[in-house]
Amino acid sequence: MGIFDYFRTSKPKTAQVAKERLQILIKHERIDRSGPDFLPQLRNDIMEVIRKYVQIDEKDVNVQLGRVNNYEVLELNITLPDRTAQ
Amino acid sequence: MSRIVVVTSGKGGVGKTTTSAAFATGLALKGYKTAVIDFDVGLRNLDLIMGCERRVVYDFINVISGEANLKQALIKDKRSDNLFILPASQTRDKDALTQEGVERVLKDLTEDGFDFIVCDSPAGIERGAALAMYFADDAVIVTNPEVSSVRDSDRILGLLQSRTRKAERGESIREHLLITRYSPARVASGDMLAMEDILEILAVPLIGVIPESGSVLQASNSGVPVILDKESTAGQAYDDFVRRFLGETVPHRFLEVEKKGLFKRLFGG
Repeated sequence: MGIFDYFRTSKPKTAQVAKERLQILIKHERIDRSGPDFLPQLRNDIMEVIRKYVQIDEKDVNVQLGRVNNYEVLELNITLPDRTAQ
Repeated sequence: MSRIVVVTSGKGGVGKTTTSAAFATGLALKGYKTAVIDFDVGLRNLDLIMGCERRVVYDFINVISGEANLKQALIKDKRSDNLFILPASQTRDKDALTQEGVERVLKDLTEDGFDFIVCDSPAGIERGAALAMYFADDAVIVTNPEVSSVRDSDRILGLLQSRTRKAERGESIREHLLITRYSPARVASGDMLAMEDILEILAVPLIGVIPESGSVLQASNSGVPVILDKESTAGQAYDDFVRRFLGETVPHRFLEVEKKGLFKRLFGG
């Protein structure tokens, strides 16, 4: 370790931050795109229905369309809030 | 058969028109009969970058609506006998741009024996952009090493793969990634996305990297496509890009920080 390393900041370089943010974002946007057109609307409708009973956040609902063998599978993953937190 | 190439990006200000002008000029200088069409109805600028703004009489919309024929509207470039510019309308309603109209103009250009038709897309994903890409065989996706540009390029790639005639027929458009305003020094210091990072994220074949260069502004100031500036790094990189597009194998240049020699250090340059 050279003397100059001492002065180096440990902060990650912004280009690296940009790359990581883009990789996450684009992965999500591609999933939204690859599904049928109704997927975003379906997600909203499901949110509305659940909100009648429980307060949930956008991030608590995960709608994904996948493929298992020859079947298309619509996977809904809804995280309900902790009862004690209500 | 003409080969139709759309120059697109999603985001504005990344260099679509600069690229369209350089690309069309480069193809024409290599001997191909080339037309370059401005699809940005209401915000025409290709004429200005090509230096023919004072010679515009009729435009793309006039041709589509039958007020002028294609021969009257095409502006012959002053520098190359093979190059013709079809300017966008500056005043007319965007709705005048119709799919049937665009198809007819492209068909007429094909019948006139054009080898290449370059479609300069407007920014965004509205009608003009959608129609610029719809009939394309190839797409040049212009991207800056900057997060919003990369994201928008990915969005455009999605549209190229679904909302084009080729996609509807189950075929696919050839995609080419062109990175512009690249600064090797900023990449080296970790402040700019590297070419390899952009390729990894977008997963599109690279056709060129244009370095950030003052000569691009100088070229647009004077209305001379930057590819004609043989001294500038950007001009040379655009020439490499055209040659790659035509099938030549040309190594990428200007990707490393230029080491200034003693002479340059002493006397500048």
